Amino acid sequence: MSEFLEFQDVSKHYGDVKAVDHVSLTVKQGEFFSLLGPSGCGKTTLLRILAGFEQPDTGRVLLGGEDVTDLPPYERKVNTIFQSYALFPHLSVWDNIAFGLKVAKRPKKEIKEEVAKMLTLIQMEDQAWKKPDQISGGQKQRVAIARALVNKPRVLLLDEPLAALDLKLRQRMLIELDLIHDEVGITFLYVTHDQGEAMSLSDRIAVMKLGKIEQLGTPEEIYEAPRSSFVAAFIGDTNFFDGTVAEPLEKDSVLNGFLAAAVDKDYSRLKIEDFPDLECFNDKQIKEGERVFLSIRPEKMRISRERPATTPHLNIIAGTVEDVIYLGSQTKYWVRTGDYRISIIRQHSRFLLDEKPIRWHEEVWISWHADDGFMLEKYSAQDENLIQLPPEEVGENPPSLNGADLAGSATAQ
Amino acid sequence: MKPSRVPMIVTWAVILFFYLPIVILVANSFNSSRFGGSWESTSLKWYIRLMQEDDIWHALQNTLFIALSATLVSMVLGTSAAFALHRFAGSRLQKLHYSIIYTPLVLPEILMGLSMLLFFVALKVQLGLVTIAIAHVTFCLSYVAMTVLARLQDFDFAIVEAAQDLGAGWWTTVWRVLLPMLAPGILAGGLLAFTLSIDDFVISFFVAGPGSTTLPIKIYSMIKYGAPPLINALSTILLVITFTCVIVSQYLTQQEPKAAK
Repeated sequence: MSEFLEFQDVSKHYGDVKAVDHVSLTVKQGEFFSLLGPSGCGKTTLLRILAGFEQPDTGRVLLGGEDVTDLPPYERKVNTIFQSYALFPHLSVWDNIAFGLKVAKRPKKEIKEEVAKMLTLIQMEDQAWKKPDQISGGQKQRVAIARALVNKPRVLLLDEPLAALDLKLRQRMLIELDLIHDEVGITFLYVTHDQGEAMSLSDRIAVMKLGKIEQLGTPEEIYEAPRSSFVAAFIGDTNFFDGTVAEPLEKDSVLNGFLAAAVDKDYSRLKIEDFPDLECFNDKQIKEGERVFLSIRPEKMRISRERPATTPHLNIIAGTVEDVIYLGSQTKYWVRTGDYRISIIRQHSRFLLDEKPIRWHEEVWISWHADDGFMLEKYSAQDENLIQLPPEEVGENPPSLNGADLAGSATAQ
Repeated sequence: MKPSRVPMIVTWAVILFFYLPIVILVANSFNSSRFGGSWESTSLKWYIRLMQEDDIWHALQNTLFIALSATLVSMVLGTSAAFALHRFAGSRLQKLHYSIIYTPLVLPEILMGLSMLLFFVALKVQLGLVTIAIAHVTFCLSYVAMTVLARLQDFDFAIVEAAQDLGAGWWTTVWRVLLPMLAPGILAGGLLAFTLSIDDFVISFFVAGPGSTTLPIKIYSMIKYGAPPLINALSTILLVITFTCVIVSQYLTQQEPKAAK
């Protein structure tokens, strides 16, 4: 796979606001690539720069090796699916799809064939003569896709295409988009603020914040090994703990019958106020005495009434249940330990009714393996607002960290 | 409890107040009697007489020429004005522009007519059909601009971007997307302008020259010579034209641009 679409050091300002801040990015041919971030992170601006609706202040945009930075939108071999669909209300479904081909002055016979093919792809052969206001939201969405794809673009740009649909329809269109991508094999550049959409569709994701790419990788990489507290909090839920790196762990390994006490650089001890000493995987080789932020995903923690048996690298802390939300397939717990409110998800893989459920105010044990937490050097208190809070806590300070302590490291957003 | 009858009574009172004089006028145009007071017999006599009056035909020609040219010019200018007002809304220049466009709707006609006359005289322009048409454009333009502007308020400009995205250049976008979508608004404004131009008296009276008598001016002078039955017939025809235009215009404005949502 070649490097097909390339942003080179692209910047765009609106007044004093840096919408896109020196972004460089390459997308491979045929890839489903997502730009993910909260509103105002510059993801839509980047897409509009590629479509040609915006001119970058600096930098170049290359498509298949050709510099397209200065081309007007109508001379670029890319097509866009707009958030509002932007179908032509005065034209029928058929004419909407045929628009691009007609403008390109293709022969009539070819237009007929191509439009028919598209109508089959979106399963709307029998609705070809309806006007956009006579079809449903999901159908409009499909017409918008067909109208773009019929031109055989080199890249299909999708600007929050599912935002206007309700949840059920969104899930169905998600599957359809995936199928269409597999079928046509065109490069998709997908802009969204919904991490679920990005995770389920993308080959790779670029998480953006304040005009910059915060992290780029496969959905698994971004979820399992976020590089910053922003990414950790934006993609899925997580718990943050403020701590200091202590000495590396001793390796108690039995080697050829000898007990060798060696230093294990892969794991470090971690000191967190109110907690017993914890262990954490230290792949970044963060030095002793450094301040770090430990992030652990809720589903990576276990909750139990009995203290779990001590095994190597297992962290165990005690706490009190403050909230329980039963969701059918899983239950969400909020557990209080010192100043922290820890969120834990328990999947119910076995029949639940035989168990005595864990309820409010119960004393419980929380445990997780040292490999499942990761230490972050950078932390911004505002990132934590992105974490879902239980309803009654919304509006209060982030509960799992003392905010005053961290206010200094917060970046303006 | 029985619903109150008061609203119903008031409604009928208003309708009577507004339309009774018109109904009497229309009825009298079919009265073969020379005097409105007594009913002789129903006839189209006055309409036939009307056909034979060359002066009236000439005045009608003048009126239609003025109305059509003023409407066409104000459709072009009004639409451009509406685009400027919408695209750059909020800038100081466009706020001033908006006031300038809006003012003719509320400005006393006599003031407009007088100032226009002084203007033409100062420039030594020969008064005639052209000066009346130009004077009509000044207020017709405002109506077109306001109607199109209302239409633009809920216009989704992503549609313009979509057209460009699909390979349409500037001209193709205007021709295939913008104009077809805005046509009902432009047409509605145009029809409104047309009806206003057709029956304008005050402004036309000021800037008319020899040989440029319009229908309203003709009617006014006919009253002086005393030919009421003819005027009744003429007014009825004028009424029908105006009502048709207004109804079509209202139908067009009610068709909302659906893609806005």
